[in-house]
Amino acid sequence: MYRYDEFDQQFVDQRVTQFREQADRRLRGDLTEDEFKPLRLMNGLYLQLHAYMLRVAIPYGTLSSRQLDRLAEISEKYDRNYGHFTTRQNIQYNWIKLEETADLLADLADVEMHAIQTSGNCIRNVTTDHWAGAAADELADPRPVAELIRQWSSLHPEFSFLPRKFKIAVTGAPADRAAVKVHDIGLRMHLSESGERGWEVIAGGGQGRTPMIGVTVREFLPEKELLPYLEAIMRVYNLHGRRDNKYKARIKILVHEIGADTFRDEVEAEYARGSEIDIAVSQRELDRIAAYFAPPQFEELPNWSPRNEEHKATNKEFAKWVRSNVAPHKQDGYAIVNISLKPEGGIPGDATADQMRTVADLGRRFSFDEIRVSHHQNLVLPHVRQEDLFDVWQILSAADLATANVGLASDIIACPGLDYCALATARSIPVAQSLSRRLADVERQQDIGPLRINISGCINACGHHHVGHIGILGLDKKGEEFYQITLGGSSSEDASIGKILGPGFAGEDVPDAIETIINTYVGLRQPDETFLSTLKRIGAQPFKEALYETV
Amino acid sequence: MTTKELGKILTANRLSDGEVVFLTRSAAWSERIDDAVLSIEPQSQAALQEKGELAEAGNLVTGAYLVEAERVNGYVRATHIRERIRTLGPTVRIDLGKQVEGTGGAFAARG
Repeated sequence: MYRYDEFDQQFVDQRVTQFREQADRRLRGDLTEDEFKPLRLMNGLYLQLHAYMLRVAIPYGTLSSRQLDRLAEISEKYDRNYGHFTTRQNIQYNWIKLEETADLLADLADVEMHAIQTSGNCIRNVTTDHWAGAAADELADPRPVAELIRQWSSLHPEFSFLPRKFKIAVTGAPADRAAVKVHDIGLRMHLSESGERGWEVIAGGGQGRTPMIGVTVREFLPEKELLPYLEAIMRVYNLHGRRDNKYKARIKILVHEIGADTFRDEVEAEYARGSEIDIAVSQRELDRIAAYFAPPQFEELPNWSPRNEEHKATNKEFAKWVRSNVAPHKQDGYAIVNISLKPEGGIPGDATADQMRTVADLGRRFSFDEIRVSHHQNLVLPHVRQEDLFDVWQILSAADLATANVGLASDIIACPGLDYCALATARSIPVAQSLSRRLADVERQQDIGPLRINISGCINACGHHHVGHIGILGLDKKGEEFYQITLGGSSSEDASIGKILGPGFAGEDVPDAIETIINTYVGLRQPDETFLSTLKRIGAQPFKEALYETV
Repeated sequence: MTTKELGKILTANRLSDGEVVFLTRSAAWSERIDDAVLSIEPQSQAALQEKGELAEAGNLVTGAYLVEAERVNGYVRATHIRERIRTLGPTVRIDLGKQVEGTGGAFAARG
């Protein structure tokens, strides 16, 4: 894992001191709210429906056990014994006091964490594949590049006041688990025929009120050129991105308005002009960063564990969990354990302090001290010996963390919605809860196959409804919540934006509607077809007919 | 017999901890919506708004705004679900927020 150097620690500590003074001045009345608001937002502190909310950055979703223990401790000391893991691989605390925030930030800094650039019109937390460094299909670990981008984008003087927020995602695997095509910039690793590593640069994707799939600006950019090229894109955006209308200020609008070809030309021209400061990173520096992400000391093991197989054969619940929640590892004898934060009837992404400590401890004992946060709002133990899977499962079960639904229908992404969020127009969580109860049968879910149901409580799309295979968007219709359903979204390598199926539904009718959609798919699918492939083959009409005739 | 009055109340977040508060008849800020002064006339609503601005300038609260509300049998509730949730706490965590201490008023978020 990356460890702060002297510069990192000094900069984070300084920021805590600065924020402490700023908050004191605000509380004394020396700063007005208008003056203070941008300062608190730069440090991830929002004012939400019930209280202040603090969003803490988890760079590329990677945590050590010590850090997760600290997040648990913070939830007890400053909040109400829980935290909410987000679709940006971050954590949010919902009941924070302004007068205690500086102390909280100091506690974070102590474990090399902060809340900087989790808000505001700057480059936000870089996200990546939550299986990075472990996935069997990976070309290489993308986290060294994510860390490079983190260092480059942190407090970048030129890009601290962009037209709008800016999100970058990176993947090192052909299967896109980082949703790179729906980010402002998405980077996808490729290898040349000679084995040289390069990056496909995708720009102009995004969700929100105007969802768009990004366009490829460069097919293959040599790795050493990455930062200067990113800088060229940022400059084109900073110069031409609209500042007159916040709803049209994201880079996706710029790419759409001037067209992909013109945008590409602008970027290439800017890149050719070069910069006064050469920010290309030497191989030595790349290697230095990469060394922090060196694979752990794996044991030489066979890729088959008799103990694991025996438990699977004798324990049906364990077998179901392995099937849904355990993924192949690049190292023989190891597995990736996905921990669902979506128990039946639970709140997607929420974890109690005790649960965080349980996972931290499992990380320490069974996963080389590493934990990941996924943008699906789950946690991951990336490097577990197959031999240990049963022990891990037993401990997770005791902590209500062994729901066997990862990637299945009840593994629902949901934003906090109107239960917490000041921007929301409808509640998301109760819809997710009622759906997860309705769809709880794991065997049925496994039969249905991979299915992403994503719920947002407003058009800003924090619940990624546009890229849900089934998307649900909560809106306000004359003071009443109602929900639009979309079909056919995907955030994977086949990224697409879901299309609205028809008139919306009252919250209580949503589970019936989703059930109808799923049953229609199950009734019409051909062998080995997924939900998306069936939809592609037959179109939306059979779903519309089933839905609007029966509900 | 049910008596119902429609009007507006002034709400804000307390600066120090973000707690949702309501302006009372005695121009103090209470955590209880039932203590809120319900203003019926546009003129008195403007006066409420002014008091809110003063309180913001005095750094007691932040983000003061008027909310449509009704008084039913002596209890006050916001008319829109957003404000009811704000008054009570998350509907999905009834162990949290004002609903726990019973200071959220006598009504559920919905209905």
